[in-house]
Amino acid sequence: MQKIGSEKLKEIFIKMLRIRAFEERAIAEYRKGILPGFIHSSIGQEAIPSSVCAFLRDDDYILTTHRGHGDIIAKGAKFDKMMAELYAKETGYNKGRGGSMHIVAADLNMLGATAIVGAGVPIASGVALGCKMQNLDRVTVCFTGDAATCTGAFHEGVGLAAIWNLPVIFVVENNQYGMSTPVKYYCKLEQLSDRAKAYGIPGVTVDGNDAEAIANVASEAIDRARKDGGPTLIDAITYRYYGHHMGDPGTSYRTKEEIEEWKRHDPIERFQGRLLKAKVITKSEIQEIQASINRELDEAVKFAMESPEPRIEDALNNIYCPSA
Amino acid sequence: MRDLTYREAVREALGEELRRDKSVFLLGEDIAEYSGAYKVTQGLLEEFGRERIRNTNLAESAIAGAALGAALVGTRPVAEIMYIDFSLLALDQIFNQIAKFRYMTGGMVKVPLVIRTQGGGGKAAGLHHSQSLEALYTHIPGLIVVMPSTPYDAKGLLKSSIRDDNPVIFIEHKGLYNESGPVPEEEYMIPLGKAEVKRQGKDITAVAYSKSLLLTLKAAETLEKYGISLEVIDPRTLKPLDQDTILNSVEKTSRLMIVHEACKTGGFGAEIAAIVAEKGIDYLDAPIKRVAALDSPIPFNPRLEDYVLPNENDIIKGAFELTGKEIPAELKLG
Repeated sequence: MQKIGSEKLKEIFIKMLRIRAFEERAIAEYRKGILPGFIHSSIGQEAIPSSVCAFLRDDDYILTTHRGHGDIIAKGAKFDKMMAELYAKETGYNKGRGGSMHIVAADLNMLGATAIVGAGVPIASGVALGCKMQNLDRVTVCFTGDAATCTGAFHEGVGLAAIWNLPVIFVVENNQYGMSTPVKYYCKLEQLSDRAKAYGIPGVTVDGNDAEAIANVASEAIDRARKDGGPTLIDAITYRYYGHHMGDPGTSYRTKEEIEEWKRHDPIERFQGRLLKAKVITKSEIQEIQASINRELDEAVKFAMESPEPRIEDALNNIYCPSA
Repeated sequence: MRDLTYREAVREALGEELRRDKSVFLLGEDIAEYSGAYKVTQGLLEEFGRERIRNTNLAESAIAGAALGAALVGTRPVAEIMYIDFSLLALDQIFNQIAKFRYMTGGMVKVPLVIRTQGGGGKAAGLHHSQSLEALYTHIPGLIVVMPSTPYDAKGLLKSSIRDDNPVIFIEHKGLYNESGPVPEEEYMIPLGKAEVKRQGKDITAVAYSKSLLLTLKAAETLEKYGISLEVIDPRTLKPLDQDTILNSVEKTSRLMIVHEACKTGGFGAEIAAIVAEKGIDYLDAPIKRVAALDSPIPFNPRLEDYVLPNENDIIKGAFELTGKEIPAELKLG
């Protein structure tokens, strides 16, 4: 296990604060009834993308899911363009064509969120293949949910990455429920990382609410992939505080006690306690950071609200690319 | 001009594009040593090596998804799906991911990839190796759908497809691979979205593509002897469809027949008929005629398969019906 420097720990922590604050604000905006569509909150799961993305280079790629806000922010997405996308505005990352479940920030090598569970897995293998074929030493991280590991696409995509030894890491954000269905119901394995054995690649299960533990596992997997050591499957166990989406209270299949118990293992509080104790950060620093994040969010919401809607006459743009 | 088979023409297009552009590569099941189920990729492994002629696992979803991912980061994959029947296993990737990716991003990315596959019956290949499923693909915004009928068109259209920045579904026909035709040695391209009038005529516009085009041209020769002149149009690209060439011809002939090997219900012929009904109904002197497969799975038994699929006689019969002429008994159309 390598020692993670204070600056890196702080970077991870700030990413976590940014994700939580964005998600909270997005929920608040949604509850005002202004945002169209659905919001799938990732609150409770912040440690995973924050720790993983802290070890990626700017030119590395990530792919994510319908519950992808956190992953996208961890890769460096801007609040204003994200919020504008949630508001379905022309100034959003995807000009309001994608929305919460489909944000792509191509300038950050964040290649999209698919709302078909598992579908990102073969695409991520393809991104890694494209990098390898062009001799780019870039790594691709594919974030998926736990239920995605049941899909044919997961099996096919991980299988292909394994036989071609592709530089890709499959990170299962295991919040223990596929919508309402618990892992224990849909999978007979002790842990989801055991699935890696089926492909002959390393698989590891880690406490997904422990930022440092994830950082250690992720940095090792990323290093290995970059050195042509092939793919890794990381199963990071975590918990989402909200329901599947904002229309689901999340209590018909989970007890209140279970939810409260997991909140006692909150990834941000745990990490903050450790960082304060180790004097990596001070309370006043945290307050300043939070205040700055909140200002940024105020501006992002203002930007989104004041931004124009896409024009009707542009509705059919970009279905096809004008070819050279 | 030399002759090439349809198979050789496709192979030559692949070879030329692989040679011209290092970002082009092939992936698919059994395309390396085995050279694909119909030997289209023969010899390419020897010239271009394993990095660029990639055997995949047996996983159509992975083939299509990996092609998408690789296309997003600057390569130009040409994926092979062995049979169009198997492409159904990759439909999430093709319909939900590949077709929509550019639009979903607000135009921030392009998706330059080709999925080559082949369909069609006539080989007693049975229910899962014989279908004509092109209409499924034409239904999805974001895809280009190409169905060449001749070696010349196959080569020129495949080269254009590989150079196009959009996802192209390139559908070959297993019954055409051994057909020969002239293909120039010098390089040429055929633009996507342009139909070709394969035979000039004055009485009936017959729109046909893929193997049905060959049947239609043969039927046209017979019909000529009986005083019925077919103008045969091959759209070549189904999406985007060259509507003008079809409508101009119908304006001239006042009659429309559409011939395809896919089942009639919901087949691409229905789309062509609807376009002519919407934009050219005043040109028509007779109801539109569709000659297509019966609405049936493709039976294994060769007699039954022949019965289900459209043939030359069906086209001839249709033409007589459209012109109101009596079918001469000597034709023995049954």
